[in-house]
Amino acid sequence: MNLETSTIAGLKAAYQKKTLTPLEATQDLIQRIQEVDPKLNAYLRFNEEDALQQAKAAEISKPLGGIPIAIKDNIVARGEKATCASKILQNFVSPYDATVISKLKEAGAILVGRMNMDEFAMGSSCEYSALAESTTRNPWNQDCIPGGSSGGSAAAVGGWEAVAALGSDTGGSIRQPAALCGCVGMKPTYGRVSRFGLVAFASSLDQIGPLTHTVEDTALLLNAISGHDPQENTSHAVTVPDFKESLNPSVKGLKIGIPQEYFIEGIDSEVAAGIQASIDWYQSNGAEIIDVSLPHTNAAVAVYYIVATAEASANLARFDGVRYGKRTENPKDILDLYRSSREEGFGQEVKRRIILGTYVLSSGYYDAYYNQAQKVRQLIREDFVQAFQKCDVILTPTSPSPAFKTGEKMTDPLQMYLADIFTIAANLSGIPGISIPCGFTQSGLPVGLQLLSSHFEETKILHAAYAYEQAHEWYKQQPAF
Amino acid sequence: MKKAAIDVSYVADLARIELTEKEKELFQKQLGDVLDYVEQLQKIDTSSVADSALAPDFKANTLRADTITDSLSVDDALLNAPQQNNDLIIAPKIVE
Repeated sequence: MNLETSTIAGLKAAYQKKTLTPLEATQDLIQRIQEVDPKLNAYLRFNEEDALQQAKAAEISKPLGGIPIAIKDNIVARGEKATCASKILQNFVSPYDATVISKLKEAGAILVGRMNMDEFAMGSSCEYSALAESTTRNPWNQDCIPGGSSGGSAAAVGGWEAVAALGSDTGGSIRQPAALCGCVGMKPTYGRVSRFGLVAFASSLDQIGPLTHTVEDTALLLNAISGHDPQENTSHAVTVPDFKESLNPSVKGLKIGIPQEYFIEGIDSEVAAGIQASIDWYQSNGAEIIDVSLPHTNAAVAVYYIVATAEASANLARFDGVRYGKRTENPKDILDLYRSSREEGFGQEVKRRIILGTYVLSSGYYDAYYNQAQKVRQLIREDFVQAFQKCDVILTPTSPSPAFKTGEKMTDPLQMYLADIFTIAANLSGIPGISIPCGFTQSGLPVGLQLLSSHFEETKILHAAYAYEQAHEWYKQQPAF
Repeated sequence: MKKAAIDVSYVADLARIELTEKEKELFQKQLGDVLDYVEQLQKIDTSSVADSALAPDFKANTLRADTITDSLSVDDALLNAPQQNNDLIIAPKIVE
């Protein structure tokens, strides 16, 4: 693969110089997908003809003119299927565009494919997809999972069979797979990017964001999808900066907070070493390293699996077999129609979470579980407010371990939930976070570094991430197939 | 609250999901483990958190102008209906 022309910035430059056309770039990409995707199974659907048609009509003067972008299959586009990798939406065709899709179309992007995911974005390994013909594989080791739930988006970008992709992040579903697949993944601030047209999982946590090869590409994609949307009342009417302007290679004077609670026992030693080396790099290049404390860190996973499942149980109540989605054959009555359509349509993890969410909201348990979790969530938010009074960004590992083996955590949901231990707090607090590659283990698996900042301060983490990336250029390494 | 507190059959009924016996058995154990894990929240002192702090972190209540815009056409709205007739979605009767 030619690195120069496999990124958003690289393609833009090549189009300007007229050394490449969008049609040629799309043909190259199709060839790459044909070579690589049979090994990775990252794409759920790819319409070659449609991609070529869009490429022929591309206007390169637009911000993302002629740039192919892959889309997670829980973001709707008019006239196209959006399945959430679930049998219940297997044949669902969207009658409208998500706001991010309208924005990408307006910016001139070519929408090239629909990416595999854990069903309804519930999972940390992409193994809970109900529709993939075969499990999505990690590009760096095909015996390993790509992470999840945006595993298809991350594997495709990490395997260089996508230029960039959109994912969604409810508890780490962009950042964790980005870390495990060796790419850049960002969850913007809650309210920065409209979720209109994102199939809802947990509405107080869900956020759409980019997965890319480089930090610059993340800035370019974020520029295109950010902004207030009258269709979405949690999107904020705040000014969107030009994120590209935050890309500054100097870290002199940058205050980086290190929360002791994230450097726990049980963290993989090679991950810990990679993170320590990155802290040392920041320090030796003029950043100030500051100890901060986030005392309620340990409670984040427990809070998440109450709040997220409670919201999911309400959001997924709409899938009842009546207006759209799968309907059971020959129901006895309306109750049987609901119950059997849902039994047949949902996979096991989705059912498990609906049951848990229904339970924590049920009479007699609401106060003890849901209310208490919401209160602890507030303490987690306050921890960050305190910490950001002392520093610009907080640095942590993205995931406690590199990619694990396919099947390893499938029988123990609690172990799977703990894979998100470092990413969940950002969703509970609404703050932005980015994961960037910070090296490889001895066995060649990528390690991810997470940077967090305060609400609507994506520019700070983009700056810190860009400086590190420019000095290390991990993205120049590519997996061999 | 002990792990026995969750009655999966009862909750599945509330959630309108038919579960197989095998699923009920599996979920009973797995969700028992998850509930044991989340038990740690009971030990955290939350007396400093006011109930009013629990609303999502909206910086402003953004309202849009009350202008008329296009909505989905009938055809679009019925695009995915499992069963339809005369521009209506057909479902089993609800009232006997």
